[in-house]
This record gives sequence, structure tokens and C-alpha cells, in this order.
Amino acid sequence: MPYTPHTNEQIREMLDLIGLDKESDLFSSVPKELQISGINLPEGLDEFSTFEKFKAIAAKNVTNKTLFMGGGYYDHIVPSAVDALAGRSEFYTSYTPYQAEASQGTLQVLYEYQSMICELSGLDVSNASMYDGASALAESALMAVRITKRNKILIDGGINPTYIKVVQTYLSFRDIEFEVIDVENFKTNRQSVLDKIDESVAGYLFQNPNFFGTIDDFTDIIEKLHVHKALAVVSAYPISLGMLKDPASMGADIFCADGQCLGNYLNFGGPSFGMIATKEAYIRNLPGRIIGRTLDKDGNEIFVLTMQAREQHIRRHRATSNICSNQNLVAVRSTIFMSLLGKDGLADMANLCFSKASYLKEQLSNIDGVEILNKENTFNEFVISTPLSSDDFLDRLREKGFYAGINLANIDDSFKNQILVSVTEKRTKEQMDAFVSSIGDVL
Amino acid sequence: MSVNMKIKTIFDKSQNGRKGITLPPLDVSVDTKINSSLLREEKARLPEVSEFDVIRHFTNLSNKNMSIDKNFYPLGSCTMKYNPKIVERIANLDGFLNLHPHVVTNNFSEDVQGSLETIDLLEKNLCEITGMSAFTTTPQAGAHGEMLGIMMIDKYHKSKGEKRKYIIVPDSSHGTNPATAAMVGYEVITIKSDENGAIDFETFKKKMNRDVAAVMLTVPNTLGMYNKRIKELCDVAHEYDALMYYDGANMNAIMGVVRPGDIGFDVIHINVHKTFATPHGGGGPGSGPVGVNDKLKEFLPDLGIKKENGKYEFTSGGFNSIGKISPFFGNYGISLRAITYMTVLGSNGMKNASTKAVLNANYLRVRLKDYFDVPYAGMCMHECVLSAKTLAKKGVSAMDIAKYLLDFGLHSPTVYFPLIVKEAIMIEPTETENKETIDYFCDTMINAVKLADENPEEFANYPKTLGVCRPDDTRAIKELDVKFKY
Repeated sequence: MPYTPHTNEQIREMLDLIGLDKESDLFSSVPKELQISGINLPEGLDEFSTFEKFKAIAAKNVTNKTLFMGGGYYDHIVPSAVDALAGRSEFYTSYTPYQAEASQGTLQVLYEYQSMICELSGLDVSNASMYDGASALAESALMAVRITKRNKILIDGGINPTYIKVVQTYLSFRDIEFEVIDVENFKTNRQSVLDKIDESVAGYLFQNPNFFGTIDDFTDIIEKLHVHKALAVVSAYPISLGMLKDPASMGADIFCADGQCLGNYLNFGGPSFGMIATKEAYIRNLPGRIIGRTLDKDGNEIFVLTMQAREQHIRRHRATSNICSNQNLVAVRSTIFMSLLGKDGLADMANLCFSKASYLKEQLSNIDGVEILNKENTFNEFVISTPLSSDDFLDRLREKGFYAGINLANIDDSFKNQILVSVTEKRTKEQMDAFVSSIGDVL
Repeated sequence: MSVNMKIKTIFDKSQNGRKGITLPPLDVSVDTKINSSLLREEKARLPEVSEFDVIRHFTNLSNKNMSIDKNFYPLGSCTMKYNPKIVERIANLDGFLNLHPHVVTNNFSEDVQGSLETIDLLEKNLCEITGMSAFTTTPQAGAHGEMLGIMMIDKYHKSKGEKRKYIIVPDSSHGTNPATAAMVGYEVITIKSDENGAIDFETFKKKMNRDVAAVMLTVPNTLGMYNKRIKELCDVAHEYDALMYYDGANMNAIMGVVRPGDIGFDVIHINVHKTFATPHGGGGPGSGPVGVNDKLKEFLPDLGIKKENGKYEFTSGGFNSIGKISPFFGNYGISLRAITYMTVLGSNGMKNASTKAVLNANYLRVRLKDYFDVPYAGMCMHECVLSAKTLAKKGVSAMDIAKYLLDFGLHSPTVYFPLIVKEAIMIEPTETENKETIDYFCDTMINAVKLADENPEEFANYPKTLGVCRPDDTRAIKELDVKFKY
């Protein structure tokens, strides 16, 4: 039998010590009438056959298209060192670092992770990661409700629409009021947002660059939020923070993001991880694990799980969240990735994404029939429209070897014929030129 | 206290201008500018180190972890079984690793037939193992699955025009159960355990009424015991149309033996990192598939799959769906690992796994029962809970025992949980450990008891071999240091 090392002699010896006749007696506490005779599934496969089976299944997936698809999940480089280090089983076969002395490796990586997230965001404190960007945003909204003791959340329509849906689910079961404020020309509807800020608002959630790629400065909105003692919650694309104004400089109170872009594969959407950072004053309202540095009994520095009185295993129904795990191994990967990138590397990578996207935007604007819909101030994504239906356009480009972008018409009918195009540092001029000429061909 | 040994973080190793990566070239020229008001004034101060610095730093850090591959790791309630390497190899195939989730938005289901097949396989396997009628793989961890389960239960009652107020949990439950109830807007009723460690049946009956939305139970419970009256509990709850929630944390005890769905449970979450051997990863990522019976099918979350004319397609959840809890298919990469593991085990291997898990736990229990307090007598399932109550009178706590073990290459069991056992030591050996390792663990535990008799003061010095010993947790909070300071 796979992965059980018991010899027949040992099984006998162990049963004898327990005082049982046969293995089935081990389940004597389960009422007989509830017991089943077995599971109606195929018998186990040997390792070789299992590999062949799944290799054949994997071959049914298509991964040979050139990606111009982003929308929160980006085709960035993954350096070999990330796989090599995160593949060490000392990282991936350990567990929650409750026994600090036996877990200094994981704990120190997470402390370094928290430090890096604080550097990205400019904020004071970070937790040790959440499930993903969407749940981090939802938990941030709940944080704003807890901190302000108010019950209304404003959601900017520029937020990733799948995130908005997740946030709505989290809020609706708590009877927290929320309102989505639609964008205007793919940009935050400033006046509308400002008009809605008053003493009833717990927090305003927004994204920068927004889902459509538009970059904005939210400083004035945040000033008004603070006048009314409401909180600003920003979801941001970590790579863009190599270049764009950081959340703390805008005055944001809570920063959250998805970490897939930092050294992780696309994984069909998961696992990724979510980050949350905030001001020190709000640390007691943070969900999830937090790592701190302290001293041991001999005065040696040691890392530990800290501020645990916020968490479910201590506080039970009064906890800040029900979350137990973090997405540790993915956060470890990203800590390694950010270490490799370093201060200049992050800025360079952001610049590569921006510059290459700007090139493509320029090239596309020269094609008859293609219209760029958010012309100014975009980072590495932008919206185009063509005379073709979104489905038609994407199908035709797919046949030519490209995933040309995200079908916005499938997100909302009002985005008819519109496509969200994304570029990362991986795209070469050659690929982009081929893409542009293919678009010319299909139109 | 003055600082004795200081730790060098990756930031301490930074040197201005050093680089750990070569990026693809900038092969285009553009003169697009962004308004300076939108730009960052100072770069984020990530460490400046070489690739080799990174390799050495993190390799050395990994050496500071205990892990399943290096150590016996008998954390109760965590099922720290061996993670087969074939699972990682399959999960790292290019065809699985590099799929963009927005193929869902674009409705390119034909390009991800392989992955949809693995999701279908996993759902079908889980239905068969648990006796439920449908599964979703969208929750990203056990607690996320709990939240989804309670949301669906909430919708179920609302669909009947009711808004119920309470969720019942036993006092032996995982902290996530009451925390989840609160997260979905419920108040919690905690029921005490009886002298056998089971939820007190009479109290339970008294507390049941039509304001109770659901009862959350871990089966076998966190004491490692199977509740003989489990079916009666389900029946009582159902009389009031309260739904039964099965916390599947301890599924490793019962595969091929008993199915929650057959007993009458309405919803269940599975922690695949426990029963189905996906790596614990130092604390995640997990995946928490949720199964339901026919009562709750219509409330399943947005994004599922169906097969029509031999092709898989996406489904978005029906009119009564609770909506999205994850953007796409949750932690797909982890769910994939679970189904590969199940494929290797098969029906025979799964039943064998549970059998050997229970065998190991009972063998360990019998070997140690005369040395520690046994709060609840009788056969256990896949884990056993002991108590260091008597040792504590000599000044040796459960934590002391935990720290002592570390010096002998053994990770500690779970201590101080479940909360209802004083000085609890919760041991889950799992089926993948051999008898020699369990004997060594038991011998070491017995040596600890002997040391407690001879020299209890000595425990304060353990662990002695790991370079650090006994953190000051109060200082960690009072002199908060949660990030590197330049």
C-alpha cells in the first residue's frame, strides 16, 4: 500500500499491544450501522501510470499562446532561484510556526516579507499574507467597518470586477451597506465619489492603477475621507509600485493587493496570496498572522507569531477574522522574488512594463479601426475597441496564436466590442509587432 | 535585557547597487510620460543583494525549520503526513502551471479542458468519499470553506423566509468555527462536552430551537473521539430544520469507513492539506473544497463546471447562488495536488491510510497512557489527547514537554488545544510514520516524564540545541518590532 510503512509483523504487534484482534476493530467506536464496506472509486495507480495519466490531461490545456491578458493576473518572469528555494522541503513541508524555536526559517522569511510590503506601500505594518487580492480587499473593508464603527462602504467601479463580486459577498452577509460608483471613461468619477463621502461612510475602496489600467491620484478624495473620519482602502498592483505614487504618500489607511505578480505562476488563478498593510494605529484590527522580533530567555533575537489575541485560535467568535492559514509558501516565493529584484530591479521592471505597453498602445493607435479608449496615464494595461464584437476579435487573434486581452463585454454589456490589453516585461518588440500586424489582418 | 545575539536579515546584507536579477531588455523606444504627480518620489528600499546572496540566505533560513521531510511532526488536528513527490512533479507541468484564469472571462473553456477534467475528478472523488451530492473547489482554505458553508446555510433559511440567529458549536471545537459564525453575522451558542468528551446531548436538545441556523461539528471531534450518537444529533437538529455542518478537519480518520453525507450532514468542508497530503507550506496555501447535499445545491458559489457533449464548460451559479468567494477556481494548484494524491491511493489506499492512521494513534495512546493523564478513556481515532496535568503539579507544563521534544529531533504535538483539556497534548502520528519512529517518540516522551520526576527545573532550559530558547512573547507585543527599520 502506498505511503504506509507497516510490515505484517508490526501490524500484529501493534494490534496486540492495543488489545485488538483485527484492524477493523480499530473502528469499534463508529456505530456499525453507519459503517460502509468501502469507497466506490478505482483502485490506486502506480506512480508511473499516475504521471502518464496527468501528463496526458495537462496536454489538453493550451499554453502556447502569447499573452496580452492581465486583469489582476500577470505573465511576469519567474527567476530560477525562486523555484529552487521555494522547492526546498524545509519550507514546503513545515507548518504554522507555533513552536518558534523550530520554525525560525519560516518566521524570519515572513518578517522580511512584512518589511518588504511596508516598503512597497509606505505603510507601517503588514500581516503575513491572506488568501488572495480579492479576499484581502474584502477583509480590508471589514477592517474599515470595525475601526470606524460605521456600516457603509463605497466601492469604486474601477476595481477589478471579480474582486467587487467577492467583496459584495463578504459584505452582504453582514448587512453592511455598499454602493458601487461607476467609472466615467475608465476613470474614477471624482465628483460622484466626493459627493457621497459623509459621516456615514466607513471606507472607500479603490484600485490604482484601476482595472482598466488608468492611473490616478486619489490624494484629494482621501483628504475628504479623513475630514469625515472615513478610511481610504487602496488595492494596487505591486509591480506598479516600482514607479507609481505609493499608497502612504496618497494618505491611504489600508493597502491591499494580490501577490501573484511577484514571482508566481498563473496557476489558473491560484494559489496566489493577498497582502494587507496599514497604519500602526490599526494593527489590532488587522486580520491574519503577524510576525514580530523579540528576545529569547538568553537575550538572543528570535522571531515569533505576535499580537495573537486578534486571531481565531485565541479569540474565537471575537476574532478579527476567521482566517487561520496564510498563503505562506507563495508569500515565501514573493519574498525571494523581491530580494532578487531589489530596489532598482522593481523600478526597472515597472518601467519595462510601462514602456512596452506604451509602445504597443502607440502602435495600435495607428491601426484603422482600433480605438484606444483610455488615452492618457495608463500603466501596463489599456482598453481598445474595434468594429468586431469582442468575442469575434478574441477568437480571430486566438487562431493566430494570441490571447489578445480580456473580453470586457462579458463583464458588462456596456463594454460592447471592448478589450483590455496588457503587456509585461516578457513581451518582446517582435511579439508586439507580430500582434499588431495580426490585428491589422483580422480587422 | 541587553541583546546577546543579533540576527542578520536580508536587509542587513544589502549593498548599494548590488543586483540579483537580469531583466529582459528594453527593446522599444517610447517617449510617453506620466504626470510627475502620479509618480513615486523615492524607490521602495528592497534589499540590494546578489542572486547567490539570496540563495545562501534563504537556504540557511530553511535549515532553521523543522519539517515533515526532516522530522516526525505529530501536530494534533493538522495531519502532518508525508507529501509524495509525484504530486509536486505533476503540479509543476507546464500545462497546469501557466494557465491564465481570465480564459474563464473570455469563455475559452476549450483551452482548459485538462484542468476542468481534474476539477471534475476531484469533485467526483470527494462526493464518493463523503457521500455528498455536489462539491465546489472555490474556497481557498478550510476556514474559507467554513465561511462559504455558513453563507449557504444562511441563504437556505432566507429562501424559506427565515432569518435565524444562532450557530451551535461544542466547547471542543476549532476556533475557526465560532469565528466563522461571527464572520457571517451569527451569534454563537457554545455547548459543553460531557464526561466522554462528546457534545452534551441533553444540553444540546435543550438549546435547539427554530432560531438555530446550524450546528457545526468536527467528527471525530478534536479529542480524537467518534461520537456514537452522531446520527441522533443530526436528527434532532433536522427536526428544527437546523442544518448540520461537518468540519472535515479529521477526515483522515474515516475514509472508506463512514460517510458524513450518509449520516445526515448537509454541508462539509475538507482540508486537503490534511487528509489529501497537499504540502502544508509552512502555513498555506491550502484549499478547502465544500460539499453539499441536495438541500444546498442551488446555493453553491459562482463558478463551477458542467460537462455537455463530452466537453467541459463553465457555469456561473444559479439564481440562488451566494455569489463569488474567490475570483476563479480558488487555489487550483492545490486542488490539483489533492486529486493526484487520491489517484495514487485509490479506494483501497484511502481506506488503508485511515486504518493505519488510527492504528498508529492507538498504539501510541496505549504506549503512553500510564505516563500521562488520559482525560477521556477509550479507543481514539486518528489522534489522541493526553494531559500533563499531574506533571504540572511538579512544575512541568505541556509547553515544557513540547520544548523538550524539539531537542530530540521531534516536532512538538499540538499543546493547549482542545481548550477543554488542562495541559493538553494532542498527538496525531498519521499513517505514514513507521513503528520505529513512533516508538522513538514514545520513548522520548517517557524520558521526559522521568526527567520531570528527577529534575523538573531542567525543563526551563529546553530546547538547548536550536540556538534560541523560549521567546519573550510579552516583549514582542510591548516593544513591537514587525518590520526592518532603516
